[in-house]
Amino acid sequence: MKTYDIVIIGGGPAGLAAAVSARENGIQDILILERDKELGGILNQCIHNGFGLHTFKEELTGPEYAGRFIKQVMDLGIEYKLHTMVMDISSDKIVTAMNREEGLFEIQAGAVILAMGCRERSRGALNIPGYRPAGIYSAGTAQRLVNMEGYMPGREVVILGSGDIGLIMARRMTLEGAKVKVVAELMPYSGGLKRNIVQCLNDYDIPLKLSHTVVDIKGKERVEGITLAEVDGKGKPIPGTEEEYTCDTLLLSCGLIPENEISRGMGVDMNPVTSGPKVNESLETNIEGVFACGNVLHVHDLVDFVSEEAKTAGRNAAEYVKNLQADTDDRDKHSREEAAEIVLNPVEGVRYTVPSTINPVHMDENLTVRFRVGGVYKNCYVSVYFDEERVIHKKRPVVAPGEMEQIKLTKEQLMKYPGLKTITVKIEEA
Amino acid sequence: MYDVIIIGSGVSGSAAARELSRYKAKVCVLEKEEDVCCGTSKANSGIVHAGYDAKEGSLMAKLNVRGNAMMEQLSKELDFPFQRVGSLVICLREEDMDKLQALYDRGVANGVPGLQILNREEVLEMEPNIVDNVYAALYAPSAGIVCPFGLNIAMAENACENGVEFKFDTKVQRLGKKDDIWEIHTNQGVFKTKYVVNAAGVYADKFHNMVSEKKIHITPRRGDYCLLDKTAGAHVSKTIFALPNEFGKGILVTPTAHGNLLLGPTAIDIEEKEGTNTTREGLDQVLTKAGQNVKDIPMRQVITSFAGLRAHEEGHEFIIEEVENAKGFIDCAGIESPGLTSSPAIGEMVAGILKEKLHLEEKENFIATRKGILDPNTLTKEERVTLIKEKPAYGNIICRCEMITEGEIIDAIHRPLGAKSLDGVKRRTRAGMGRCQAGFCSPRTMEILARELDIPMSEITKSGGKSQIITGTNKDQL
Repeated sequence: MKTYDIVIIGGGPAGLAAAVSARENGIQDILILERDKELGGILNQCIHNGFGLHTFKEELTGPEYAGRFIKQVMDLGIEYKLHTMVMDISSDKIVTAMNREEGLFEIQAGAVILAMGCRERSRGALNIPGYRPAGIYSAGTAQRLVNMEGYMPGREVVILGSGDIGLIMARRMTLEGAKVKVVAELMPYSGGLKRNIVQCLNDYDIPLKLSHTVVDIKGKERVEGITLAEVDGKGKPIPGTEEEYTCDTLLLSCGLIPENEISRGMGVDMNPVTSGPKVNESLETNIEGVFACGNVLHVHDLVDFVSEEAKTAGRNAAEYVKNLQADTDDRDKHSREEAAEIVLNPVEGVRYTVPSTINPVHMDENLTVRFRVGGVYKNCYVSVYFDEERVIHKKRPVVAPGEMEQIKLTKEQLMKYPGLKTITVKIEEA
Repeated sequence: MYDVIIIGSGVSGSAAARELSRYKAKVCVLEKEEDVCCGTSKANSGIVHAGYDAKEGSLMAKLNVRGNAMMEQLSKELDFPFQRVGSLVICLREEDMDKLQALYDRGVANGVPGLQILNREEVLEMEPNIVDNVYAALYAPSAGIVCPFGLNIAMAENACENGVEFKFDTKVQRLGKKDDIWEIHTNQGVFKTKYVVNAAGVYADKFHNMVSEKKIHITPRRGDYCLLDKTAGAHVSKTIFALPNEFGKGILVTPTAHGNLLLGPTAIDIEEKEGTNTTREGLDQVLTKAGQNVKDIPMRQVITSFAGLRAHEEGHEFIIEEVENAKGFIDCAGIESPGLTSSPAIGEMVAGILKEKLHLEEKENFIATRKGILDPNTLTKEERVTLIKEKPAYGNIICRCEMITEGEIIDAIHRPLGAKSLDGVKRRTRAGMGRCQAGFCSPRTMEILARELDIPMSEITKSGGKSQIITGTNKDQL
């Protein structure tokens, strides 16, 4: 069986940045496994700009952003396999993969970095009633058809869900000659970035209907129309508010689901809120030497943060491998067991945190804790409590579910609180 | 001129075609859709019923028990998924025990093997996710689950291999008799035949009433279903029924032949014969009622919902006979549940009628077996490596949810009565049937269809007709 120090599952932005970081931290023997025909992942179909403002301080398109990382991977001579599907990973890190040339093969990995990304919630998972004709696409599928293959999936479009891909596709479909009639959003707020609402809807006079959903789909062969209705505070359609729209296409942008079938199969513990693995400060899962980053861990809004997170995962995977190779299992392993882990406790408006535990002995000097909120809060405070003591109280004009939040913790700060058990993160209204 | 023309290539028509293909006869199947298995046969519970529901002495009871008994052997001959998992009818209240006992008695009278009434403890031991307040249950070990597409497609393919012709996109408009010969007028011209088999599902009344003064009326009885992810597939190990009521067998909870969990159906009588739309009320009813007999169903794992139409005839009995005063016109009508279960026996019966009337002789070269699409997951690692070396397309995963390879899709397209659309590929291979519901694989499957059938992408449909997936190219209307 072939062996690699680090095997990275997925060659999208997370996998690429993790690979570069692991190499820069001294690991030579790295393999990226990618199922598509090229590296770059979903960025390849994101031909709009707005990527890289944080990472490169300039505005790039998706393929350009991916290109920067692909070039680094190439320059560093990191190995990768395309058209290769990972079928299964065992808990002792034997990766079973398949492609046309090599057939079914196994690789023993020293460390594994999970970077499989996410998939879109389907019409079926939303349980939208009506017929099941052609013309219903997830926004990402439509984006692939239009941006990579040049095909129009329809002419008159209704979009359900105001996630970023839906907003971006509202603009794209308009630019390619389709009529986007309306974007409907179940929640009373948008799930996408504010800048996308302005640049993709407002600039093109596309109406956004908050607290609305699709209650019927008409058309036996191809979509002929849909019915929208207003929903009450519990998301239930209000009778009498139905409005008919004729259209031949319904695009769905109703949330992304981390793609963790492989992770579950190998026994990784999951966070039911994110549908991603539970990780510690090193972005390591409950299985030692298995790390996760990017949208497989939790759904991000900006790729820059994916790259940053992946860099951390890559570095920690490199450290893990180096420790193994230095045969210092006594030192590292024991200290991990001995040092008590601090549990992060998301409450009152904070849905989750990544990581979910911190071992202060192992953490870097600075640690970014990322989280999302469950509603829109104006003039509020993001507060952090070390057990009972409030240590961070940051005023925010507005926080919303569509934009990922973060707080920074330092090792120095945590070391001042020996015996600290719980770090609580919450939103406090002014 | 044909000896027999069968209208409809659902499970009844295909079973009749397969059984007739044993004999020296010129047989043709006319289908209005682009593929077999596009109506009632594609949207049902996929249950092989034991046979305790139908009235003693009825044709329904007889063919149900016979079809059930034939299914296992047939699944081996024709290579489709079938598992004899057993079923439970749940009784929640002591005062309903007489109804459960009546089912038991009827089952015994119908010749259903192995029936048992289990008490609460026995039920919970057998099926721990049954609600705690269960009182008793009727256990039928002979019940099973089948892939409805698998069964229908297998019988049709086998019929085709044995010389039966299939004409798709061929819609029967009217039919009549001229000099003892039936003339069937369709959108594709006129077909002549000595005998007609009316296996038109919810449309069977339309054709029957064209030739007979004794009218029948088939009511499309809609059933909404919810399908759950395979992660929920082991929630129950058997088919779990409620006690039947006037609208049928109620909402069931069952594992499917491919390892999903299926909930449904509702029973809503409608007029529209194409009314396969689900409704909010229907889906809500499925989700609520499924929980009355089975606890802790992970409803968040729903991956799709759909509705099917049962061909309900007022008499609630299969009508399989030559129509009075319409010599040569054989009805195969009112085939509602347990129609899927009964289909092998229905085919046998229809073929039996025609054999006698046409004095048919058996073929010497009848091919009794059919090999399904190779599922690489059933191979050993070594066999799989060899397969990919010979046919690299089996190393290329197209549907990542169901792990379906390009090799399987190519096979589905090129075998007899091959797939022509995304749904055709889906029903044959399961590509697109998983948790992402074709979000990932549909552009890739479209490319394979376009390449293998040598047609432009713009002609690829979801399910034939006007169901094209794409409407043009970027900026073509600017």
